[in-house]
Amino acid sequence: MRLLTHNMLSSNIKGVTNGFPLRIEAEKVVEKQVEINHDFLRNIFPKIEWKAFVDASRILGYAELPEEAPEPSVLESDHEFLGKFHHALLELHIEEGALVCPETGRKFPINKGIPNMLLHEDEV
Amino acid sequence: MSSRPELQAPPEIFYDDTEARKYTSSSRIVEIQAKLSERAVELLALPDDGVPRLLLDIGCGSGLSGETLTENGHQWIGLDISQSMLDIALEREVEGDLILGDMGQGLGLRPGVIDGAISISAIQWLCNADKSSHEPRLRLKAFFGSLYKCLARGARAAFQVYPENLAQRELILSYAMRAGFAGGVVVDFPHSTKKRKEYIVLTCGPPSISTAVPKGKGEEGESCSDDESSGDEENQTVSISDRHRPRKKQKTNKKGKGREWILRKKEQMRRKGNTVPPDTKYTGRKRKARF
Ligand SMILES: C[S@@+](CC[C@H](N)C(=O)[O-])C[C@H]1O[C@@H](n2cnc3c(N)ncnc32)[C@H](O)[C@@H]1O
Repeated sequence: MRLLTHNMLSSNIKGVTNGFPLRIEAEKVVEKQVEINHDFLRNIFPKIEWKAFVDASRILGYAELPEEAPEPSVLESDHEFLGKFHHALLELHIEEGALVCPETGRKFPINKGIPNMLLHEDEV
Repeated sequence: MSSRPELQAPPEIFYDDTEARKYTSSSRIVEIQAKLSERAVELLALPDDGVPRLLLDIGCGSGLSGETLTENGHQWIGLDISQSMLDIALEREVEGDLILGDMGQGLGLRPGVIDGAISISAIQWLCNADKSSHEPRLRLKAFFGSLYKCLARGARAAFQVYPENLAQRELILSYAMRAGFAGGVVVDFPHSTKKRKEYIVLTCGPPSISTAVPKGKGEEGESCSDDESSGDEENQTVSISDRHRPRKKQKTNKKGKGREWILRKKEQMRRKGNTVPPDTKYTGRKRKARF
């Protein structure tokens, strides 16, 4: 699972009012190179919750992203920034670990890169 | 016994390791799923600007449908309830992110972040009650409600479905509408029992011109009589085939079969020695709606 997906996921447990962001417990992180696409990055940028994204990238051991979300205009010209954004968003994979509901502490295990988001019957 | 997978076992049981492998190693299935996915992407009507979008593949299985999204240049997140199917997706090194989850429990995604959703041959599973705690209506409601929320305004969903009957299709559609979607059903090749395919096409947001349901393919002039197979035959698994079940699908077509088809059928009947009324200019003509 990449940080792109982590940034979109939230805890869906019944009664939880703010299930975002899921806390990350990373046991194994892998990197896989993918081709950069500036159009995609510009399109997705406004939808990214920046703080959650930066925090998540640091947990995975990547500390190159700015604390504050840059102005969207930066995406037009700053190729260095685009490269970092791309790397953190699409090239880092949480292979093993867990996502933790910020409200209830319930753990959703991640195995082979796939988070298990299945709820128990009493959580639906 | 019916050969509909939905009536045999819950999806996470039906799609076990054996079935998952069988499913994905059938070149026929691979080809069909790719075609259905290609059409679903077309029905999403994404802007033609070459910008990759973030899409959902609901009931993504082994990633056959997701691969079409990748080929179209998009990023995607796939959700499936079967670990075995997802394991095959990993083996195939699909490019989307995979989530083990149950669409009937609702999608845990932030509001407004998804640019479009497809689902190929999966949504009809929601109409089953596989556990005593399952109430299809509640599951449909949770699914469509959460889908509506996570889609960006104006975004579309295109779901190819194999409803068991008319009532099931209506049920699915009614919950989509209740969640706030505009849209309806697109039927491709409605006159062919074999090629006929149904897509539920939904738009997130208030109705407007852009939410009008697109036309199906082969709606006019297409006439086929595939006597051997019925409409959802392809919803069967490779090994199971049951040609003895009643074919009720054909009657559900409101528009009728068209003049060409009728003429051909009548000719067939004549050759069998049956008495058939003569062909006239009235044969197979369109009738006015009567009120
Ligand atoms: C016929 S397969 C299609 C898989 C894939 N879309 C393709 O085109 O190859 C249907 C899939 O729907 C999944 N499914 C059924 N019910 C589901 C549910 N409640 N939540 C998530 N996935 C489900 C099954 O596990 C199965 O992988």
